[in-house]
Amino acid sequence: MKKLSFIDATLRDGSHAIKHQLTVSNIENYCIEMDSVGMDTIVVGHGNGLGASSLQVGLSLLSDYEMIHTARKYLERTKLGVYMIPGFGTIHDDLEPAINAGIDVVKIGCHCTEADTTRQHIEFARNADKEVYGVLMMYHMASINKLLEEVQKMESYGAKGVILMDSAGASTMEMVKKTVATLSENVNIEIGFHPHNNLGLAVANAYTAIQEGATIIDGTVKGFGAGAGNCQLEALIAVLEKNGYATNVDLYKLLDVNDNIMPQISNCIGGLDSLSIVSGMSGVFSAFKIPVLKAAKQFDVDPRDIFNELGRRKAVGGQEDMIIEIAEQLSNPLGSNEDDLTYQIGSLL
Amino acid sequence: MNKIKVGIIGTGNIGTDILLKLKRSENLECGMFAGRNPDSEGIKLAKRLGINTSTKSIQAIIDNPDCCDIVFDATSASIHKEHAPILKELKKYTIDLTPARVGKMCVPVINMEECLSEDNVNLITCGGQATVPIAYAINQVHPDTKYIEIAASISSKSAGAGTRNNIDEFTQTTRDALQEFTSVEKSKAIIILNSANPPVNMRNTVYALIDHPNMDEIKKNVNEMVHKIQKYVPGYHLLYEPVFENGRVSTAIEVIGLGDYLPKYSGNLDIITCAAIEIAQAYAKKLIYQRRD
Repeated sequence: MKKLSFIDATLRDGSHAIKHQLTVSNIENYCIEMDSVGMDTIVVGHGNGLGASSLQVGLSLLSDYEMIHTARKYLERTKLGVYMIPGFGTIHDDLEPAINAGIDVVKIGCHCTEADTTRQHIEFARNADKEVYGVLMMYHMASINKLLEEVQKMESYGAKGVILMDSAGASTMEMVKKTVATLSENVNIEIGFHPHNNLGLAVANAYTAIQEGATIIDGTVKGFGAGAGNCQLEALIAVLEKNGYATNVDLYKLLDVNDNIMPQISNCIGGLDSLSIVSGMSGVFSAFKIPVLKAAKQFDVDPRDIFNELGRRKAVGGQEDMIIEIAEQLSNPLGSNEDDLTYQIGSLL
Repeated sequence: MNKIKVGIIGTGNIGTDILLKLKRSENLECGMFAGRNPDSEGIKLAKRLGINTSTKSIQAIIDNPDCCDIVFDATSASIHKEHAPILKELKKYTIDLTPARVGKMCVPVINMEECLSEDNVNLITCGGQATVPIAYAINQVHPDTKYIEIAASISSKSAGAGTRNNIDEFTQTTRDALQEFTSVEKSKAIIILNSANPPVNMRNTVYALIDHPNMDEIKKNVNEMVHKIQKYVPGYHLLYEPVFENGRVSTAIEVIGLGDYLPKYSGNLDIITCAAIEIAQAYAKKLIYQRRD
């Protein structure tokens, strides 16, 4: 299976949700926590990319340079990326200064039918030895044949891959399946997908894209983003783990960012809370959440471990009594006799 | 009256639109229509019109220097940078319609007179021709304007290969022109290609940040500017007069084309080709006057 990579757009696309008002400490705290999570790339900058801070689409609190400079200090294991739409930013004013500030990855985007407006910028970033991706926005507005042509243009300019943006969240899984399958079969570069959750399908669409050969997913923590939000990376990673896909992402650490860092950025973020994801991933009844949290507190254990153990033991609705038992054992692993217990529980089911 | 001959290099959308507009001119005629692509629609059209054509691009003018006194360069920024010194050597008055910015930037309604004594003038971009005069008019009323921003949206169909290949120079040159022609120290230009079908008209919004805007004076000055531009670009008009909203002054302009080469939605061609013809006609009058002496 081809290696999957993840681009985290929380500090870029996500900031639409707070009108581009990310602070220096938001970026610092986020990058400090995220650097060890195992994301491939974290992208920063105005929500519409470098150079887009404007009266037209919204002024950002920090300049692109301040964001890049701040993130750069704290990202050692994770690559630092930028996004730019030609027509908003220029090489001289935006892209070249970003490259000089030490970014690693460049994404150049355009409306899905206008790939030829990205040639100059893709070539410029390639010549600067950066990892470069093309981005086709609002991909649902073009036919698959047209998309193929546009992807091939970006391939010819030197893009390492092309990411389709479902900017309006208008995709059904059938659309994703057909589009990504056709593109993956017909081009040699990587195909990526950037879903939005308008129809509640962002994670499903990302997963479908992966099944059809996409190798890059571009999403955000907690689905942070404009309107219905983006593809919630934690939920996607959970789905992938559940289905046996190997990723380099440490899910627990990623969930910690959901719990600890995202509330600092905004208290009105939509998306799923971290325990809902673990509950879904482990296949445990959602109503277990409150008793799990209580037990976790009482026994000073991680509620996520309780959920995972409940799932492993195939707890069914009404078996809330297992929670305390598991919490107690987790708090005292040496004292438990897990084999006997598993046998007992198994025999009860 | 004798007509002054012009050469056009570049047979894409802009070059071909100029060729068709020349038919209306009293003092200009096309002596050479040169490009590189023998299959371009522009070349085919020019041949049908009986125009002298070539696929040797600038070489056609080097080989036959008497074919014109004025050259319109409608190729691309990088190509114009190569053409500029050759045309200077050949002593051709050069009107550059690419965002190469080799010569002095010209917006006819602002600085045409002083541009007639240059050897190479640059027409910025279509977005620049449409918005710089409005920024200038606002800045005349308010030299204290802190920031100017423009957003120009054009239909994908009207943006030819040159525009697409030069989208970066296009954006940068438009932004730089806003500062060149005003006293505003910070500016931004946004260019959007809209692929909607049927194609959208060229639309430009100008924003300004001014602490205490005198809206009556701004409206008056902007309206006067619009009337002056309408003399050479008939389809140029305000979509809404300057208003003060959300702490900013904004106004929007639509440009409807004459429909000479591309349909009327392509006002972005007209705003720059009409400016080019306006300058060429003024230069031609000057030449005719000099030659009479």
